Amino acid sequence: MTRYTSATPDDRAEMLAAIGVDSVDELFAQVPDELRLDRPLALPPGMSEAEVFERLAALAARNADAEREVCFVGAGMYDHYVPAIVDAITQRSEFLTPYTPYQPEISQGGLQAMFEFQTAMSELTGLPISNAGLYEGPSSVASAGYLAMAATGRRRFLVSRGLHPHSRETLETYAVGYGAEVVEVGLDGGETDAAALAAAVDDETAAVFLQSPNFLGAVERVESLGAAAKEHGALLVVACDPMTLGVLKPPGEQGADIALGEGQPLGNRLDFGGPSFGFFCATEEQIRRMPGRIAGETDDVDGRRGFVLALQTREQHIRREKATHNICTAQALNALAAMVHLAWLGKEGYRELGELLVRRTAYARERLAAVAGVELLHEAPVAREFAVALDAPVDRVLERCAERGIAAGYPLGRDYPEYENGLLVAITERRTKAQIDDLAEALGAAVAAETGEFGVDMTHKSPEGAP
Amino acid sequence: MNAQDEAVLTIYERSKAGRRAATLPSAEVPETPLEDLIPAELLRSEPPRLPEVAEPEIVRHYNRLSRRNFDLDTGFYPLGSCTMKHNPRLNERVAALPGHARLHPAQDPRRAQGALELMWLLQESLAEICGLPHVSLQPSAGSHGELAGLLLTRAYHADRGEERRKVLAPDTSHGTNPASVSMAGYEVVKVATNERGGVEMDDLRAKIDAGPDDVACLMLTNPNTLGLFDENIAEIAALIHAAGGTLYYDGANLNAVMGHSRPGDMGFDIVHVNLHKSFSQPHGGGGPGAGPIAVSERIEPYLPRPQVVRREGGNGSGPFFDLDLDRPKSIGRLRGFQGNFGVFVRSCAYILSLGADGLAEASETAVLNANYLKARLAEGRAGERLPVAFDRHCMHEFVLSGKPMKRELGLVTLDLAKRLLDFGFHPPTVYFPLLVEEALMVEPTETETKESLDAFADAIEQILAEAEDDPGLAKNAPYTTPVRRLDEVKATRKPVVRQEFVG
Repeated sequence: MTRYTSATPDDRAEMLAAIGVDSVDELFAQVPDELRLDRPLALPPGMSEAEVFERLAALAARNADAEREVCFVGAGMYDHYVPAIVDAITQRSEFLTPYTPYQPEISQGGLQAMFEFQTAMSELTGLPISNAGLYEGPSSVASAGYLAMAATGRRRFLVSRGLHPHSRETLETYAVGYGAEVVEVGLDGGETDAAALAAAVDDETAAVFLQSPNFLGAVERVESLGAAAKEHGALLVVACDPMTLGVLKPPGEQGADIALGEGQPLGNRLDFGGPSFGFFCATEEQIRRMPGRIAGETDDVDGRRGFVLALQTREQHIRREKATHNICTAQALNALAAMVHLAWLGKEGYRELGELLVRRTAYARERLAAVAGVELLHEAPVAREFAVALDAPVDRVLERCAERGIAAGYPLGRDYPEYENGLLVAITERRTKAQIDDLAEALGAAVAAETGEFGVDMTHKSPEGAP
Repeated sequence: MNAQDEAVLTIYERSKAGRRAATLPSAEVPETPLEDLIPAELLRSEPPRLPEVAEPEIVRHYNRLSRRNFDLDTGFYPLGSCTMKHNPRLNERVAALPGHARLHPAQDPRRAQGALELMWLLQESLAEICGLPHVSLQPSAGSHGELAGLLLTRAYHADRGEERRKVLAPDTSHGTNPASVSMAGYEVVKVATNERGGVEMDDLRAKIDAGPDDVACLMLTNPNTLGLFDENIAEIAALIHAAGGTLYYDGANLNAVMGHSRPGDMGFDIVHVNLHKSFSQPHGGGGPGAGPIAVSERIEPYLPRPQVVRREGGNGSGPFFDLDLDRPKSIGRLRGFQGNFGVFVRSCAYILSLGADGLAEASETAVLNANYLKARLAEGRAGERLPVAFDRHCMHEFVLSGKPMKRELGLVTLDLAKRLLDFGFHPPTVYFPLLVEEALMVEPTETETKESLDAFADAIEQILAEAEDDPGLAKNAPYTTPVRRLDEVKATRKPVVRQEFVG
């Protein structure tokens, strides 16, 4: 019904006459008869704009989003506040509707934004080279594997069990293709087991993959863990949360060869998982092995400053099977959103937000640890997310919290059978002290109800835990 | 002010210590020193040098940048193989509803039924459009879908105890095809193109006969990158299937055949669909997109995990939509969570808006527009200097060759492209496909008016006419853009890929 086309019957007649055919059907004659669909598609007829809106709004209404529940779920994507200027800028048609900047003379806005984004990510991670973004976090990890193979000529990856489960699984999926082996190193007290890692690295190891903060929220000792990788000539790949780098030591200052991660916390909506973007930064040495687009500064024929896609000889449209990666369409608009968010936060705001997250997270951790039936899963330092273990079935506890309008966290048992009743709790600047207090109260009540212990004095273990 | 006279400053160069835009909530909790919470050696000593700019100047900065971009909402964008069709604003509105935009991806399926139903609905729609029974929405772009298809191929063969090493692809294929083949650990074997623009059958047979047991897959775009439907597709499919390989369809050109012909009926096993091409997701200056794959029954067991499924309810309750992780033969995940859901919402809105008849009409009009523009460009100077590479009716796009223009006027395709910028048009794709000398690949899409097509043809005519008098005009173009031709060699030889801070 809504066609977005404008050919009138008169237009059609004139156009067909110019082509020299009697009907559009004649143009389709190159499709062999037996391959022509001889019926309409089995899809409903088109709908008016108002009807489509109502239909999709009705579906949206059946989702418990972060406006309907107080969201303490993280696990890689976080309910941050996205400032209004992000929407205003990314919805401008000049950013929303162009293709990849293949014609730089008329794409200076997008190219300069990429250059600014690369600068920001380089600053955040402490590594000199950034690309303009990849699809999202876990597939960026897999891309680092492909780079590490090319850089070292080796085919063995060591991954910490603290690396996001989706990243580990994605790396394994890709590794089957490009022919690499993935070996996991376990956790000890919430952190990567340093002794096990040191023992596992060998001269066949292409890369060691860490995440900090890791999936359980623990801030890893990247530098000391990475020393073993350095000794054996393996690359050190560190996945990081871009919202924590205002306070945490950047991977580039801890020996990382590659720092990457999920970019969603910067300026991007939850969107049930995407689109967001992956960031990918590396040492100077890897510049010609980088995946994805990279904008570079140059001059035009009149000496004016300008920007172009640099180092295109790495890319699929030039190098075909010898390209460093197959990526074409990536996530330019999402990277722009991140850049605008970072500009809005600014140097001071970015650090302050990091500090706010650390302090509220510390408060929440202490508050929850004081609840009867809730224990800390580990005591390692954390920044914006932490793990607890419940004395009751986690799914039932989550259900009870949901009834009170609280999404209490991410059930760790989904990915870690060893933490069957583990709960991962994430904090953003949107989670107020009052909401954290409510969470503690709701969790306590839910655990008590599930364990059948309804005593009024059981909700707090000690007076220090009380607000 | 003329855009060329404007000083180009980055956001960092607009920074001044002490300025800021953000306001943050107060901590509300004890302001414990950070070193008491996290060991000092794990803390950052110097903050990253982000810009310090107040909100009004941030807005101006990015608005100024935006005006240095050409965009689809401003003018004709006939970029071949990219399907630059109108991006309906309705789609943006529904994607922004909080029920979509603020839904956490780890939400329990019981509390995300609307989102999962939407994904299921899109899966079903794409399955019908592609003529294949199963769909995974997970891949994030066409190239990601290609990689998925090759990993599925590998898993399919491995499950049958076979290891095949070669993937055939025509010399006209998109660059992503061979790059994906390498990433999936396969070896590319190029297949030649015949004089009608299709796969050269003798060459295909020879490449298969050289080692049928080693043929893992054939990757094909149909219509191909010349905009031509391969008439031999049924025979091609039979040959590949007889050799035991899979047939992969690069769906970049699906916009030509929606509702008219289906890859599944042509014999393809795996198809990727670019939601940012045929299904109107805005390109965003280089993404986001999404590259769902549709597959045949024999490939289904290997689809990525998780898969959205519809389970029938018992006791009179409605259906339940779920994420199925229990897929023992799955190739595994290709990315985090469920895919680019925001893109799914937009494409779902598009499919609901057009419906069965509207999709078929979109393809019909895309083909009509392409053939009309081709006919217009066969007239006058363009007809002589820029002949169509394969002279037959095209589908949704066509390829011209600038070889005579180069020989007779001394203009290369790049010059023509740059001169088009001065006329307010985005140029077609240039120098692709590789087998056409001085190629110019034109895809007008169905959402352009006849007037736009005429204006474009007139501009080409005028550029060729002025070049007869003064070829230098085009050779030095453009003149009116924010910057003129840029030194790309310098940007690669001595790359400057971030802002350097002084002091």
